[in-house]
Amino acid sequence: MIQQQITLISFGYFRKDILEVIAEEVKHQFLLPVIFREGRLDLSEFYDPARRQYNGNRLLKQVDAEFSSDAAKTLGLFSVDLFIPILTYIFGQAALNGRTGIASLYRLSNERYGIEPDDKLLLERFTKEVIHELGHTFGLVHCINPSCVMHSSNYVEDIDQKEQHLCMPCRHKISIPDFDD
Amino acid sequence: MTKKISILIVDDEESVRDSLYSWFIEDRYHVECAENAKVALSMLESESFDIILADIKMPGMDGMEMLRRIKAMRKESIVIMMTAFATVDTAVQALKDGAFDYVTKPFDPDDLSHLIRNAAKLITLADENVVLKEKVMMLENVEDLVGKSDAMQKVLGQVESVAQSNSSVIITGESGTGKELIAKAIHSNSPRKFFPLVSVHCGALTESLLESELFGHEKGAFTGAMYNRKGRFEMADSGTIFLDEIATISTKMQIELLRVLETKRFVRVGGNKEITSDFRVICATNKDLKNMVEKGTFREDLFYRLNVVNIHIPPLRERVGDIPLLVEYFIKKYCTSMNKPPIKIDSAALRRLEEFSFPGNVRELENMVERAIVIGNGKKIQVRDLPLEKNLIDSSAESLDDHEKNHIFQILTKYDWNITRSAKALKVDRVTLYNKIRKYELKSAEDK
Repeated sequence: MIQQQITLISFGYFRKDILEVIAEEVKHQFLLPVIFREGRLDLSEFYDPARRQYNGNRLLKQVDAEFSSDAAKTLGLFSVDLFIPILTYIFGQAALNGRTGIASLYRLSNERYGIEPDDKLLLERFTKEVIHELGHTFGLVHCINPSCVMHSSNYVEDIDQKEQHLCMPCRHKISIPDFDD
Repeated sequence: MTKKISILIVDDEESVRDSLYSWFIEDRYHVECAENAKVALSMLESESFDIILADIKMPGMDGMEMLRRIKAMRKESIVIMMTAFATVDTAVQALKDGAFDYVTKPFDPDDLSHLIRNAAKLITLADENVVLKEKVMMLENVEDLVGKSDAMQKVLGQVESVAQSNSSVIITGESGTGKELIAKAIHSNSPRKFFPLVSVHCGALTESLLESELFGHEKGAFTGAMYNRKGRFEMADSGTIFLDEIATISTKMQIELLRVLETKRFVRVGGNKEITSDFRVICATNKDLKNMVEKGTFREDLFYRLNVVNIHIPPLRERVGDIPLLVEYFIKKYCTSMNKPPIKIDSAALRRLEEFSFPGNVRELENMVERAIVIGNGKKIQVRDLPLEKNLIDSSAESLDDHEKNHIFQILTKYDWNITRSAKALKVDRVTLYNKIRKYELKSAEDK
């Protein structure tokens, strides 16, 4: 198992109880200590007025430069609409086998799709997205197992289809022991 | 084993290249990027990509021109054109020029995933098609290994046991015994069966041609090398390479071959990029390689590298018991391919075949049966349908009369006892022929 820790950095307002639930699940999945920080960035610098979205590529680079270290896997938590130049939107992204990732809950809430709000579902989706992007930082690519959290998801419905945890093969790939071990 | 799809991204905008790179790498694709058409084309000269995702508007050569050049180089390439400024005209032109699809930037993540998945599916299907075609051919060829004799059963047993391993094999045997069929049987029973079996007839090529054939060459490596060409070792990746007539290769090629067999790495002629290929080697020869090693004409180290397993195919004359089975098999094979009803072989004709020495082995027998089906009466293969006359002169016939009698009988049999045609062939008149028939008491099979 990789001897590291995971740092979750929130940018903007997040409810403390939500962050605690996410941290607990991340810790459970990667068997690493998880610490919290609050980060401050002037997000207007990453705003693209033509697209009315925030540039995910540049945000990832900025978080990596300003907040990451080699001793930890760092994930920036956002609540703004992210894009990368080639795609209309992203839920998050990470450097494969790198040290940094980002994830946003902006497109994960039911309200964006004209459905009744569901905080529990939103928390589940965001937790999955956070674990998914952290998985990439540990070198995991998209998994073919549809219930694995590393399965590719382009829509929120795809996220709902998968579980909150890494499948056995993915756990083995990054040397995390089985749950029963 | 699943093939990893490779993608080349061509876009002058770094952010687009980076975004696509990150996106595809997470989906297990092999991804490379080029910042303009010129760089992309030069990359395509040394490496092939399954999918090329190219921007239309680029400084210098635009994407449309690059598309035409890629299609001229490799028609089957899948090129997807991207643009931020879509017009119907450019879309139509791109598709006319052979683009797989035309998309407008930015696209939905799901659209991009679908697009690439569809292209990948097409590539997988095309690859599967090639493999299945080869497989069908191989199954026919494995069926060609006919024989119940102990000698042949021993060979088939060796094929079965050696197929599962990765060891090099040398197949020895006279010309026409079916060495290539044995190689195909080994390959199609091995775990490499879904990958290519690449055959090289070393004896048919000069040293320089063989070098380029085996290792491939880069554009401009020699006069006439207008394009990059994959070598047979590269083509045999994950499969098997069959080197026929291995004894004919030059000393220089023996050294090069030894190096490749040891490292599984090589460089194309005129190139400098090292290529790795995972292949199994099967060789065949009708020469005595051990004797050649003793004489110093074949390298000892190469011999031992190749001769991990030796399978010797006995000549047909040493397994006469297989001849009836082989004849039956070839009759069935050729009657089916010629759309003729299955025919039989006359017992006398079969006996004559069993007495024949077959210097050309099974291949000669196969050709004989094929010819007999073509020229015969369509009901039964007779002695006259078989080209055995010259080889089967009765050794007991010593006198001139005996030879004359035999010759006249053969001609009469050949022309179905038609006196006019037989007399014409013998260059005598009909009366003379009748006299000879009376003199030698010759009778047709029906009169006996």
